[in-house]
Amino acid sequence: MSEKKKDELLHDHNRDGVDRRGFLKCMAWAGTGAFCVMKGGVLNSYGLSRISEISTADMTGELSFVQISDSHMGFNKPANPDVAGTLKAAVDKINGLTAAPAFMLHTGDISHLSKPEEFDTVDQILKSAKPKDVFYVPGEHDVLNDEGKQFLERYGKGSKGGGWYSFDKKGTHFMGLVNVMNLKAGGLGTLGHEQLEWIEDDVKHLKHSTPIVVFAHIPLWSVYPEWGWGTEDSAQALAYLKKFGSVTVLNGHIHQTMQKVEGNVTFHTAASTAFPQPAPGKADSPGPMKVPAEQLKSVLGITDVNYVQGQHALAVVDSTLA
Amino acid sequence: MRRSVSIAGLAAALVLGTLGLGTGQKSYVARAQEKMSMMEVKIDNFTFGPATLTVPVGTTVTWINKDDIPHTVVSTDDSKTIKSKVLDTDEKFSLTFSKTGTYPYFCSIHPKMTGKVIVQ
Repeated sequence: MSEKKKDELLHDHNRDGVDRRGFLKCMAWAGTGAFCVMKGGVLNSYGLSRISEISTADMTGELSFVQISDSHMGFNKPANPDVAGTLKAAVDKINGLTAAPAFMLHTGDISHLSKPEEFDTVDQILKSAKPKDVFYVPGEHDVLNDEGKQFLERYGKGSKGGGWYSFDKKGTHFMGLVNVMNLKAGGLGTLGHEQLEWIEDDVKHLKHSTPIVVFAHIPLWSVYPEWGWGTEDSAQALAYLKKFGSVTVLNGHIHQTMQKVEGNVTFHTAASTAFPQPAPGKADSPGPMKVPAEQLKSVLGITDVNYVQGQHALAVVDSTLA
Repeated sequence: MRRSVSIAGLAAALVLGTLGLGTGQKSYVARAQEKMSMMEVKIDNFTFGPATLTVPVGTTVTWINKDDIPHTVVSTDDSKTIKSKVLDTDEKFSLTFSKTGTYPYFCSIHPKMTGKVIVQ
């Protein structure tokens, strides 16, 4: 019997590969900068300050990528007069990660006003990130004025319909969804009939053991409907993914990190690299939240995701820019 | 005696009449001013204010964005009567309503924001 390490969380009692309470506890720690890795069915966590002590073998999963979100290039109000600067700081953070991510996901609101120069600036800044491949899904700020035509031209090669697509990396199946087009008055985000049919078809022949990562701008679970923080028809999409043992849903839009585990599905939202927004119901409206200038970087961030083959859940770690 | 009474009465009537005229004028101006200010819809805090605006035919309604986030003003129904470009902070959009009816609209970026113009 090996001595239980101080940082080891609850052991897997149900033999299903994931101890839910342990995972949730780890997720809570992740918000303050903890690194959680699944190894042999046990969730180990390490404070980010101890990262240098851990061996690369212990830390590296077989798949590692980063999610950034809501760069809102073009925003220049008091909440953050320099969104290009904070995006650059996010890139520096990414370049400083010990386990270099293989690629990046941007979960939308790349630009603030869908202006060409705004997209150009983001492309320019991301060029200096070590991971060269970036996969995008649009936010509502990216499809203004032209029903997404410009977004599709820039980032939609190989996508279907309104810009959805899928790809595989090291045995994990990624699905980029679009839930910011054709929004109806009084409504939430929407996937639409055509996209739902594509989702059903896209996963039809995949083995149940294939890990799935879904990424879309607006949360696919009901975070706070009063502020439009949810997707009307996401239940149908999730029903098509029910058979899979590990589903990770990565979203943006709400400019704060939040997580929820429901059965085999882990939902996670990322912080923005531009400005924070208030917690649900804690303000009159979900607009940009001003914080003292010296605190700004501590409420912006990136999300690092690692996967170890054979284990269920992906290790998702949020880190702030300061 | 009768003369003074009648003069007094006339004076009183004049004073009252002037007062009445004055009050009448003020309320007319006040009402006119009210009408002017109600032809504007202020967008702030993810809300259209007033949410319901009733105007006479031929009125020009101006939406002004006082929020620190961009918004749009778009018809909810198929009429597509209202369709603004994206309005950043302090930008305006105006539309003259020449036909009676109810015109529901929303912000296409933040669909929870809704409002309507009733043209009578």
